[in-house]
Amino acid sequence: MDDTQLNALVDAIVRELKASGAVKTPASSAGTPASVPSTLASSSTVPSKPRPQSPVSSLSIDLPDPTLTRSTPRVKNPKDADGLKALMASTTARIGVGRAGPRYSTAELLLFQGDHAVTQDALYRDVDQKLLDEFNLFTVQTKITGGKQEYLLRPDLGRLLNDDAKRIINEKCQKNVNVQLVVGDGLSAAAIEANLRQIFPVLKQGVQTAGLTFGTPFFVKYARVGVMNDVGELIKPDVVILLIGERPGLGRAESMSAYMGYKPKYGDTDADRDVVCNIFENGGTNPLEGGAFVVQIAQKMRKHQASGVKLKLAN
Amino acid sequence: MILRTKLHGKTYEFPDIRLLMGKANEEKSGDRLAGVGAETTAERVAAKFVLAEVPLWVLHDNPAVPYDDDEITRLIHDAVDQTIYNEVKDWTVGEFREWILSDKTSTEMIRRVSNGLTAEMIAGVTKLMSNLDLMYAAKKIPVTAYCNNTIGKPGTLSSRNQPNHPTDSPEGIRAEIYEGLSYGSGDSVIGINPVDDSYGSVARLLDMTYDIIKTWNIPTQNCLLAHVTTQMKCMQSGSPVGLVFQSLAGSQKGNDSFGISVGMMDEAYEMAKKYCFPTGPNYMYFETGQGSELSADAHNGWDQLVLEARCYGFAKRYSPYQVNTVVGFIGPEYLYDARQIQRAGLEDHFMGKLTGISMGVDACYTNHARADQNAIENLAVMLTAAGCNYFMGLPMGDDSMLSYQSTSYHDAPTLRQLFNLRPAPEFEKWMEEMGLIKNGILTDKAGDPTIFLKR
Repeated sequence: MDDTQLNALVDAIVRELKASGAVKTPASSAGTPASVPSTLASSSTVPSKPRPQSPVSSLSIDLPDPTLTRSTPRVKNPKDADGLKALMASTTARIGVGRAGPRYSTAELLLFQGDHAVTQDALYRDVDQKLLDEFNLFTVQTKITGGKQEYLLRPDLGRLLNDDAKRIINEKCQKNVNVQLVVGDGLSAAAIEANLRQIFPVLKQGVQTAGLTFGTPFFVKYARVGVMNDVGELIKPDVVILLIGERPGLGRAESMSAYMGYKPKYGDTDADRDVVCNIFENGGTNPLEGGAFVVQIAQKMRKHQASGVKLKLAN
Repeated sequence: MILRTKLHGKTYEFPDIRLLMGKANEEKSGDRLAGVGAETTAERVAAKFVLAEVPLWVLHDNPAVPYDDDEITRLIHDAVDQTIYNEVKDWTVGEFREWILSDKTSTEMIRRVSNGLTAEMIAGVTKLMSNLDLMYAAKKIPVTAYCNNTIGKPGTLSSRNQPNHPTDSPEGIRAEIYEGLSYGSGDSVIGINPVDDSYGSVARLLDMTYDIIKTWNIPTQNCLLAHVTTQMKCMQSGSPVGLVFQSLAGSQKGNDSFGISVGMMDEAYEMAKKYCFPTGPNYMYFETGQGSELSADAHNGWDQLVLEARCYGFAKRYSPYQVNTVVGFIGPEYLYDARQIQRAGLEDHFMGKLTGISMGVDACYTNHARADQNAIENLAVMLTAAGCNYFMGLPMGDDSMLSYQSTSYHDAPTLRQLFNLRPAPEFEKWMEEMGLIKNGILTDKAGDPTIFLKR
């Protein structure tokens, strides 16, 4: 079909629609003030005043961070405005959010999407190399070779160190130490970045103050909790501490866990481990306190020569 | 046994029914993890070709776990109506699909045949259905249940008010319930997932929710989604329980990992009939989800769709008021992305309806899945078209306790208004009396939780 044929076809269709009254032309609707389709014009929420024309260069949109005003009440004409604030203060859930028809207000819709976006970015990002350098952490990797996608799909491979990792760890790490610290990315790079600077010195000093050897800490890329077993087999420490990023919540990617095991070995499960979870500032376990707590548990594990369920029974 | 076909000149052969069933599934990461997924797309279709020729009796005679080893297999097989089974056992899976979809096959006919089916037969036909097949077929099988109100009636769509709170704060949970009620969420149940599973905490929240129901005369029921043993203790101690909840698995070993058995559920059911405060007669609420058996190493080498179908067979024994799959909760190693979550949601809803239970869906995703809110809004629309009984209602779809996202308080009225559906009839009447809804449309008053502040 060439352009002439196409134009002819379009003209024919438009004529037919006009004849049926489905489309109005400016000429046939001379009596109406604007050529806006009637369904839109009748909607009271659409501003009908013509806006003054001004050059685009004068447009200035410079917004404050919407996450800082997240508890703004958005119910139009609430029966009890003070009551609404009180209800909203009682929970972190997204209530008092109001509506546009049956849907969300624009501000709340975008805030939700912003929170989800931060979460997604945390998941698919690597831990900042500068941070790892700051603490002299060398990097080894699990048996994951296909990037984040494979990491998410194959939890079994994320629990095993690859051959290079085993060789490097054997070369670089002091063996038979009292405490071996391992840092793993887990499901959130942001969690490691948010907490490592604070928790690392507490752990190191805490362990050394207790008169224990701290070993040679390192970083594992694409790590699952089960990788502790391989570390235990290679280094033969009394206690392994694994700092690992947790699955992000909506808009909160900085939550980290410290998993711990006494002499971890092949076949150990979560029942053989202890965990301090929800480590993050402002609302979670503060990383400084979390670090001190972890050191305490490590001492307890050494004292009772047990961890996990066995440690609970020994206590 | 020979299970073989050629496709585009290449021969595909399957060693047994277990692998044939696994490879005939639409793509799912969990089937790969279990080692039963198709290696190529063509192998998947070849498996479907072969499965379409398998007579139903073969699926009946090859349960995922042998009859002697598994009480779920025994429960399902012992419940099969032999007269009906004998009428259909020689149909092929392909013929069964066409029979369900046929315009000559009525709702009543499907409902009757449903009593002659095992879970493996139901899963088999599901594997041959396209997404639109699953919607169309499920829509033909409405299932209605009754407690203090009616769920699943054609022309209605219900919403579970799910007011979870990170520390179980009664004030916080109450605030969320008010918000949800003001949007018309809560006609399925006011159902809380508690952080603290202990008797004292659960009993306190039962009292609080019952107080709201009584104060505002709401035709609904409450539920605390704690372990069933905690709820049994609550019932025996005089707490007001609306529905009794438990998560179910499709194998005995899977249920072991949940700390339940058929005997325990039988006992809970008897207790529910005796103690639950609503009118009934349907008092039970179950949740399921593809992949939970594999995650507990309790799948016996079978694919997650078959195990899921077996959950519904288990549920049916207790004439539940409602059952929902929590379809995207388990994570990307079982359902990787929006496409897989959507497919599983449609499958589970259809299988539940074909089994004959009142089926809803928690259309949801975790933050490490390749999915977003748009994806589950799409799924909710597809499921509403398919006649799904209910969805979850969460504050903007964000569960601040379980850290996952689902459908929202806003989604219930949106879907109703989009499809010209109403809340459960008793609940709609209550909303009208409260001035929250008129002719099926939310009024200006709706969306304001503070209307419940003044008693």
